[in-house]
Amino acid sequence: MALIKQSSPHTRGQTDTTKIMQTVILATIPGILTLTYFFGIGTFINLILASAFCLIIEASVLKVRRRPVGFFLKDYSALVTAVLLGVALPPYCPWWIIFIGSLFAIGIAKQLYGGLGYNPFNPAMVGYVVLLISFPVEMTRWPAPTSILTDSQSLPGLTDALSLVFGFASPVLLDGYTGATPLDAFKQNTGLMADNLYASQAIFREAHFAGAGWEWVNVAFLLGGLFLLYRKVFTWHAPIAMLASLGFCALIFYDGGSNTSGASPLLHWFSGATMLGAFFIITDPVSSAVSNKGRLIYGGCIGIIIYVIRQWGNYPDAVAFAVLLMNFAAPFIDYYTLPRTYGHTQSRRATDKIDTSQRR
Amino acid sequence: MSEFAAILLSTVLVNNYVLVQFLGLCPFMGVSNKLETAIGMAGATTFVLTLAAICSYLVHNYVLVPLNIEYLRTISFILVIAVVVQFAKMFIEKTSPLLYRVLGVFLPLITTNCAVLGVALQNTNKANSFIESTLFGFGAAAGFSLVLILFSAMRERLSAADVPQPFEGAAIGMITAGLMSLAFMGFAGLV
Repeated sequence: MALIKQSSPHTRGQTDTTKIMQTVILATIPGILTLTYFFGIGTFINLILASAFCLIIEASVLKVRRRPVGFFLKDYSALVTAVLLGVALPPYCPWWIIFIGSLFAIGIAKQLYGGLGYNPFNPAMVGYVVLLISFPVEMTRWPAPTSILTDSQSLPGLTDALSLVFGFASPVLLDGYTGATPLDAFKQNTGLMADNLYASQAIFREAHFAGAGWEWVNVAFLLGGLFLLYRKVFTWHAPIAMLASLGFCALIFYDGGSNTSGASPLLHWFSGATMLGAFFIITDPVSSAVSNKGRLIYGGCIGIIIYVIRQWGNYPDAVAFAVLLMNFAAPFIDYYTLPRTYGHTQSRRATDKIDTSQRR
Repeated sequence: MSEFAAILLSTVLVNNYVLVQFLGLCPFMGVSNKLETAIGMAGATTFVLTLAAICSYLVHNYVLVPLNIEYLRTISFILVIAVVVQFAKMFIEKTSPLLYRVLGVFLPLITTNCAVLGVALQNTNKANSFIESTLFGFGAAAGFSLVLILFSAMRERLSAADVPQPFEGAAIGMITAGLMSLAFMGFAGLV
């Protein structure tokens, strides 16, 4: 067989890792802007610090392992992890929270497994879960969205924010802006009818369909996610399956607002990290299931676990836990959802023995 | 009925024997290299754990308590477990010689699987009834099997990863198990 020599111009593939990662970062911009609008400058400080820490840690591990530093840094995957971590962490959290999160995300969850393409868990979520379990106080100190702050409260300005992050602010400053997130408020509710709860909590009173501020953050991430879907960065299977199963569970246990009712599907869809998780985290091509059928199962199970932990567990939000748990199950799901290979009528399970005598 | 569901949920997820209570780690690390072996081991351990929970309940309530010799609890449980394991070993040897060969030393080592003794002792400490004890044993085994099987599928993938040399093999397996244990903490408070 003769190789046909092709002279230039060559066409170049549209998608390489760098392009995809850049598109993902681009798609987080509406979410980041909305977060900044409602929670102040803290999100930006998180993002800058997380990016710096993640890139430094990635570079130093690559250096120690004698891998090409520039080549791997240029694929933007560490930056995506940093952005996801920075968005997930509460604004105005101390710098060392971000550092520890980045260390576990990049150092342990990614580089210890051999870098991009080998990590079985989503790095940003590993960092987040480590922090949530180790430093629950710092990690649950979310600011109240600016639209419900009272006159005596205000979000920290830049100087105050920096002093909070680098740790020379007085604790008094903290009370000036923190508040329960919608899921928190719902979880802490004991015995109030949903209507009364909505009337008593500003975060629901000022809301249009879920929780003040948070609903728009989720809408922004939803828009970013739809953009990624349109650019075919990932398939629809995992996000849709997750949202469908979460909504379905919420619908089953929602009885219209008695004091024992679960939260409504809308509240579940548009509060906490639901949309960020559905479109930016569970679609991670490395740590999720590979086939389309596998992704349906993967996303569906994530939705169910999120609902179970939110409704009956200790934690108000559960996207990170659910993602890690299903990351753990993803290789097993892949085993039993191999797609049909071309030329075969039926798909083969990975555990099947290949009968060599029948092979032609 | 709901209390039985709570026992199952508690033993399978919330107080998972491997990832939350850290019992039964040796077979968890030892036989998780291949998925097929792990499934066989999961079956054998489920069989042994459930049967051992039942037998130790019977021995405790109908032999030790009437004779007033509860201080012999540990040693008699070990004996019961050894007998059950021997039974399982003979059973597997006859029905699936291949699995018997693959499991090798880990099959008799179920005897020293601390999860088995742990289930028996926790059952007597909690004064569980007969059905509760059985469910407790079965739930513990189901949780063990779930984690073992998922972990083995993951380890097959890890064996192809470009892990730094000092962390190859069992080390990265331990780190993975640690991260999983973190994720299982998310179930806290369910029961």
